[in-house]
Amino acid sequence: MPLFEKGRIIEDSWQVAQDEQPLPDGDVLVPLSRLAEGLGRNDGGRLGVVLSVGDRVEDLATALPRLDLVCLTFPIFRDGRPFTQARALREHLHYKGVVRVDGHFLPDQYEFLLRCGADQVVIPEGSDPAVWQDAHTRFTIAYQPSLLDERPQGLGFRRWLSA
Amino acid sequence: MPHSPQPALSVGRYTYDTVDHTFLKQRVEQFRDQVRRRLSGELSEDEFKPLRLMNGLYLQLHAYMLRIAVPYGVISAPQMRTLAHIARTYDRDYGHFTTRQNIQFNWIRLEDTPAILDILADAEMHAIQTSGNCIRNVTSDQFAGAARDEVLDPRVHAEILRQWSTLHPEFTFLPRKFKIAISGSEQDRVAARFHDIGLLARMGENGRAVFEVFVGGGLGRTPVIGVSLRKDLPEEDLIAYLEAILRVYNEYGRRDNIYKARIKILVQALGRDAFLDKVNAEFAAMDRSRYHLPPELVEAIRARFGAPAFETISPDTVESVAGDIARHQMADADFAAWISANTHPHKMPGYCSVTVSCKPSGGIPGDVTSEQMDLLADLADRYSFGELRVTHIQNVVLAHVREADLFELWQSLSDAGLGTANIGMVTDIIACPGLDYCSLANARSIPIAQKLSARFASIALQREIGSLRLNISGCINACGHHHAGHIGILGVDKRGEEAFQITLGGNAGEDASIGQILGAAMSEDETVDAIARIIETYLARRTPGERFIETCRRLGTAPFKDAAYAPV
Ligand code: SF4
Repeated sequence: MPLFEKGRIIEDSWQVAQDEQPLPDGDVLVPLSRLAEGLGRNDGGRLGVVLSVGDRVEDLATALPRLDLVCLTFPIFRDGRPFTQARALREHLHYKGVVRVDGHFLPDQYEFLLRCGADQVVIPEGSDPAVWQDAHTRFTIAYQPSLLDERPQGLGFRRWLSA
Repeated sequence: MPHSPQPALSVGRYTYDTVDHTFLKQRVEQFRDQVRRRLSGELSEDEFKPLRLMNGLYLQLHAYMLRIAVPYGVISAPQMRTLAHIARTYDRDYGHFTTRQNIQFNWIRLEDTPAILDILADAEMHAIQTSGNCIRNVTSDQFAGAARDEVLDPRVHAEILRQWSTLHPEFTFLPRKFKIAISGSEQDRVAARFHDIGLLARMGENGRAVFEVFVGGGLGRTPVIGVSLRKDLPEEDLIAYLEAILRVYNEYGRRDNIYKARIKILVQALGRDAFLDKVNAEFAAMDRSRYHLPPELVEAIRARFGAPAFETISPDTVESVAGDIARHQMADADFAAWISANTHPHKMPGYCSVTVSCKPSGGIPGDVTSEQMDLLADLADRYSFGELRVTHIQNVVLAHVREADLFELWQSLSDAGLGTANIGMVTDIIACPGLDYCSLANARSIPIAQKLSARFASIALQREIGSLRLNISGCINACGHHHAGHIGILGVDKRGEEAFQITLGGNAGEDASIGQILGAAMSEDETVDAIARIIETYLARRTPGERFIETCRRLGTAPFKDAAYAPV
């Protein structure tokens, strides 16, 4: 499915580990349960972890410096836990790698995800990237600080959103 | 850039600047686009639902309902006229004040909503976060800025919370809705212990206010009294600490069962101490500086609030006005009853706060016509610096009335059917919309409220009975707060018939308690009769000066149960 970042569809170099299959070469995404196996790999490829909403990001703490990507997953758009997971990865664990978001969520949530520290989103096949970009650019003001440390507007906690 | 002259600040509420207006315009445009996509069929109802709920638009039994936020219950006279205009143009000429100090319109057409939101935006109003699993309209004390006992004006902090929670990136898809109430005094007039978070201000040791933080209270299916999490939260940590609570809730709150998803269930499951440990851990781990609330920020928000220009009224004048009022009271028993029930002491000499009852005898609790809204706006302009408040008991407050104007004000109100002297009494009923509007209802709340209101219409009888809170919910979701009523009525479905259960002994406030179910459900008329007998029992058994709730607590439910189920 298309991977969307900073206004455009980008190439996805990552392969997702298949259940009960050996890990492929190259950049690979493993579930939390196969993290140790992924860390033990030695082929020069990059490693990423897929978290479900029930997983605790704190469990990644020691492995995090060796991860290049963490993928959060919405089982359904109403389940807002990935927002907290993303924010905790950045704010508590000071994770600097890529945060990707996959699963079922809406363009209307894209801006919130960015503000919680996500970088890229997997969007449904055939969806119009312009709709996602528009969900980001149509608003110029937010009422609270976020991880993006946007420019304060001057009054209260208001921030200018940067397009 | 040339500065346009500053328009006057609106008294008692945060006045928007151009940035706030821009924000709202952008959001209205977004919703206009969503409605267009829905009407053209581009969006299914399923996809549209979460989007319309973000803008307070519900689908009820017969039509769409639009719930408009009244932040901390404060509304200006021009805003009230805007609501009257909406009622007249887009609804059936009336609106309904809710227990979250909001107003809702029950007969809205989907295609009109973008236009309505435009009109609201021009009046600095909106419907954002009046529904959905997000932080809802923050409620506050209806006597804020006027009450003698307050240590700070809670509306400034309520506004800070409103702004912070508006489209909060992390907390807009919580397990369930989230309600915050804040009081500027230790006297709990906001039902702090029945909120997801309740905040009560107190003066701290260094002369700066601190907050006691209650968490995990609520009504609904599982009524719970909130627990005190912290007694001394400094103002500067207010936002950081609430962030910490919400983060813990968002991470650990249940999402598998809608009836177990409120924070109260999480607090109960973990226990207060374990919950507190998690909050403290989060509080310690977060980047506290990002959420720090410095005094300058509080002052900057306060500066956007208009302040009433009180006159200095001399002790002599105060005394002579008191004499005039006493003479009017002697001459007119209705006025006397109204003065004693509907006024509240004010911090300024010569002023008082007036509660306007939206519960005329036999009427529908909380409903006001567009004509009444216009009149209330005019009276607010004339007598209360153009400012009104909606109370969580579904009445309206004119907070800053000169005592010298009370008689005139009362006459104007009475002429418009708004002079009922029943505040805090048995006919000051809280009722949810019930089966007349609500698709979740088991029973109609409104007709039984009207019958009870007619039954106890005599003001002399009501004064004899004294302070009594009667609350009605049309189903177990408890929007009518029946658990917190001294007498509560709950609509149930008894083999396909509408029926009612009575609860007794509930109370909001510092000595919060949850009502006990008396027994089997009864029909509407039987319930009205049973309540009359319960009240007779109270009158017969009370000790001098004992309020209804106190007699209930002293005697327990048994004598009242006997009376309720006495063979007729
Ligand atoms: S208590 Fe029940 S009937 Fe009343 S408004 Fe709430 S959901 Fe509807």
